[in-house]
Amino acid sequence: MTWLAWRQLRVPALSVLAGVAAIAVVLGITGPELVGRTDFSDQDLLFSGTILVSYLLPAVVGVFWGVPLVTREVEAGTHSLVWNQSVTRGRWLATKVGFGLLAAMLVTGLLSLAVTWWASPIDALANQSTDRGMLNRMSPVVFGARGVVPIGYAAFAFVLGVAVGVVLRRTLAAMAVTLVLLAGVLIAVPFLVRPYILPALDDEVAITQSNVVGIRGSEQGVESMTVPEPPGAWVLANETVDSAGNVVFPLPDFVNGCVPRPDRNDPPPARGSMGACMAQLGERGYSQHLAFQPGYRFWPLQWIELGIFLALSTLLTWFCFRRLRHLS
Amino acid sequence: MNILRAQGLGKRYKRKWALTGCMLEIEPGHVTGLVGPNGAGKSTLLNIASGMLEPTTGTIEVCGGVPGSGPAQLAKVGYVAQNAPVYSGLSVEDHLRLGARLNPGWDDDLAHQRIEQLGLDPRQHAGKLSGGQRAQLALTLGIAKRPELLLLDEPVAALDPLARREFLQGLMAAVAEHGLSVVMSSHLVTDLERVCDQLIVLVDSQVRIAGDVEDLLATHHRLTGPRRDEDSLPADQHVISARHTDRQTSVVVRTDAPILDPVWTVGELSLEDLVLEYMSNSVTTRPALEVLR
Repeated sequence: MTWLAWRQLRVPALSVLAGVAAIAVVLGITGPELVGRTDFSDQDLLFSGTILVSYLLPAVVGVFWGVPLVTREVEAGTHSLVWNQSVTRGRWLATKVGFGLLAAMLVTGLLSLAVTWWASPIDALANQSTDRGMLNRMSPVVFGARGVVPIGYAAFAFVLGVAVGVVLRRTLAAMAVTLVLLAGVLIAVPFLVRPYILPALDDEVAITQSNVVGIRGSEQGVESMTVPEPPGAWVLANETVDSAGNVVFPLPDFVNGCVPRPDRNDPPPARGSMGACMAQLGERGYSQHLAFQPGYRFWPLQWIELGIFLALSTLLTWFCFRRLRHLS
Repeated sequence: MNILRAQGLGKRYKRKWALTGCMLEIEPGHVTGLVGPNGAGKSTLLNIASGMLEPTTGTIEVCGGVPGSGPAQLAKVGYVAQNAPVYSGLSVEDHLRLGARLNPGWDDDLAHQRIEQLGLDPRQHAGKLSGGQRAQLALTLGIAKRPELLLLDEPVAALDPLARREFLQGLMAAVAEHGLSVVMSSHLVTDLERVCDQLIVLVDSQVRIAGDVEDLLATHHRLTGPRRDEDSLPADQHVISARHTDRQTSVVVRTDAPILDPVWTVGELSLEDLVLEYMSNSVTTRPALEVLR
């Protein structure tokens, strides 16, 4: 059975592996010259590109390896050929899913290793930086393209493809549904699950003239402000609270005059005057609340999220085996 | 010992019953034809016997076990599904390797010998084979696995007459050589009458009649005579169909006893006529033509 499983997976597996190898070569060439640099603005394309590929690979695995695993057999009728050899369907599915999972995890592990290594100088710099424009490895988008979680994504995507295929039995429809479900899960997890896996750390910061780093407003006036964030952390909240701890949004009227209004043709404010004006908030008992996942939680969160996705994969695999009896 | 025994076997797809109350006993060493119109439940019965489908009601025992219950059971039953599916991306040689890897009882010499006899190129992809070659390849896989029972679902439906004859010849050679039992379905009796010694007629998801071909031919008669009501026939003459014209009545009856009534002209039926009588079953479903006029 292993021979057949390999024979059927050979072409898609090797073509994906070739693509990953090509990417790894590019990263291997450009990676060493990144070490020791402090400005990576010229690497934007590769930085975003590697993140994109890291998310695309699980999708490719799910759609092109997972879905056809069952649907192609059912559509071509070959399931009745292979299920009537002296091998039970259970063993047939176990071998095919086992092989696919192994290949999926191996190939994404390889890509993630290459990307994580290549980006390590950039990530290290971002880890020290308080500049919000520089994405550190805790930020939702980067987190999923580093370390071990891509392996979990690939395993999940693969089994998801198989499961959707088992239910729908039609390749094209199952591919579309798999893609939508996978995208849904990969978007939902950073927003609905990851922030709460470990309780976020809280910090109360006094608002002073020097630590107002951002002010946001609309035609109606000043809505919110931000203070400097801890470097390397994933900040979940940077919000102004009153003395009772309630979030204030928009900010009280007395700071409305701090910022020139676009509709009133105000002259540009004097240097430092905005900070001084906003500092009134601190004087009147308001403070700034920070909630964040610190940078040192990167690996614990990585392993936990990998565990979650592997558990989901196990659940889906169990579902596939349950449905297999009714498939013919 | 029966090689296949079904009791009260039924299968329902959503609302529709594809097979109901199926009672069957097939003894080993026979080639059994399963005939019926399209949609009569032939494929369903074969799918259940191979373990591809689970019955909704009743029980079935194939080669002494529950179909599809494990590797040992799977090894005893060979199945070539409708349209003889093969992996279009795999070569002929790959298919033989697949058979060898997945079947402990695989007869590799037999498989290669057959492929050679058929003149198939082992390196050719199965997707490029003709319909007849594909059917032969699928049959080779089924035979070389050395099952006790081989199930064939419409094996010759897609083949031209020449390929049809070659396929059936190959099948008969294998049957003679290895003594395996065969159940094959077709909606054409002519395909079956040359090779089958047992016949099952399946109509409207029910077994209409099953038995030895010679017995069936010996016990069915076409009686032609002056017009009379078919109810007036003796009780031991089971009426299969009846047709009336203004002056004449023609009935097909099944009886073990000889026909003694001198008003009848007794004629024999061909197997095809016999099956068609059961399929059309004009006594119950079809009104006589005169009534319509």
